[in-house]
Amino acid sequence: MSECVIPTLTSAEVVASRSVLPANWKADLAQPQSLDLTLPALELLRRSTSRLPQDVIDALVRGRDAEEDGSRSFNTLNDMLRNIRLADGQVSPLCQDTGTLIFWVRHPFGLRQRQAKQQIRAAVAEASARSWLRPNCVEALSGKNLGNNLDPFLEGHPIVHFEEWDRPEIEISIMQKGGGCENVGAQYRLPDAAIGAGRDLKGVRKCIIDMVVKAQGQGCSPGILGVAIGGDRVTSYEKSKEVILRKLGTPNPNPAMDAFEKEITRDLNSLGIGPMGYGGNTTVLGVLVEEMYRHPASFFVSISYMCWSSRRNSLTIASNGTVSFD
Amino acid sequence: MIRLTTPITEAQARQLKVGDEVLLNGRIVLSRDAGHKYMKEQKPEWLKPILENMVIYHCGPVVKKHEDGHWSFVAAGPTTSIREETYQAEVIETYKVRGVIGKGGMGKKTSDGLKHTGAVYLHATGGAGSLLAERVKRVVDVKMMEEFGSPEAFWIVEVEDFPLVVTMDSHGDSLHEIVAQKSQERAKALTA
Repeated sequence: MSECVIPTLTSAEVVASRSVLPANWKADLAQPQSLDLTLPALELLRRSTSRLPQDVIDALVRGRDAEEDGSRSFNTLNDMLRNIRLADGQVSPLCQDTGTLIFWVRHPFGLRQRQAKQQIRAAVAEASARSWLRPNCVEALSGKNLGNNLDPFLEGHPIVHFEEWDRPEIEISIMQKGGGCENVGAQYRLPDAAIGAGRDLKGVRKCIIDMVVKAQGQGCSPGILGVAIGGDRVTSYEKSKEVILRKLGTPNPNPAMDAFEKEITRDLNSLGIGPMGYGGNTTVLGVLVEEMYRHPASFFVSISYMCWSSRRNSLTIASNGTVSFD
Repeated sequence: MIRLTTPITEAQARQLKVGDEVLLNGRIVLSRDAGHKYMKEQKPEWLKPILENMVIYHCGPVVKKHEDGHWSFVAAGPTTSIREETYQAEVIETYKVRGVIGKGGMGKKTSDGLKHTGAVYLHATGGAGSLLAERVKRVVDVKMMEEFGSPEAFWIVEVEDFPLVVTMDSHGDSLHEIVAQKSQERAKALTA
């Protein structure tokens, strides 16, 4: 019997002791215009770059246990679990590709978005200086790298989505999306004669299978798929990433879609692509689907592939000013 | 498990077969997109003694510069190799490279190059950045840092028991092709 790596993460106490946020840090949400989000954002980056969410770890363990003992796919999943333990233990990036940084900021009325964006950018530059992030932002044509992960035109990187909501708290979610997995994502326009996909759920299923077969191990399988059905080209792709924030194992609120997610996950795991494309029973850890409205003439299916190192985290600043992470 | 130490001879490279698990030791050279474009287009002479009978690693590491000026690797997993498909075979031939480490595998042109020159493609576990950085014991030198930036520079490092799988060999075989073919057949059955 080969060793089964159990990736126990460091305790909440250890995580708190390493936090860049002072233990007594508190926000005054009554004065949102004077709020400084730099330190909470830096702590969010520290956690997301070095600590994989528990639901993803659990899915990897289940995948490892579904592989034949001692097989290459079993060993590869074990190495992934070792890596998770190591990165968390030493607070180092899980993967050298620390990804494109995507933030979603949901906030009550009164927050100054331009100011918040500058604070998030300051946190990104600081995390880069601390080697928590690789300098991953280069000028498109020349490839010039300024080294701080900031697009000087304020548009490209980091990506920050703002949304004002009615709730009193502030929520900031982050996703670190690696380039390898971003490159294997795909957008289909149905009907698609090449793969015989019509404008229905059967057609969507064909798109998903086609995308995963084309990707093989390239996106660092076992991956997590975010699928958006509908929307326009932009909102559809955007949604396909946002759905990856949902925890694995949390049911889709739409029971029919939940059944579809489970069934397509089983189908994809029968393809035999396996971890890193070496062959095996674990090709995806989960599929997350959301439906949107669309223009009658357009039917887009957008699929974002998230690598097994699905780095995401959320922080909430409650109305009493305290911060929590999940 | 096969233990190999660089430099590697052509005969050693030709003995390796798809499916072999390798623990690599000694010097390897990191290079990715900018480096491969540069090697193909400019064929710099200065790289010849550095690359002959050596192994190229497709990796853009997270690095740390210490106060005394020395570098260490913080995270160093493989990047997707197929992006170098247009360059790889020529680079292997020009510089007599015996191994290429990366992830995802490469295409026909590289496969022919491996056969022609006598080299192998070695697969590392993608995303295992911390684990693989731990096996990088020393940064010997870095070249073209100014021009390319740290993820794209030529890092020359020493590794110890770097865990790899041969997925393409010098006999024209590819594990990636076998898995792709089987999965395509299964997909056909699923969507029939």
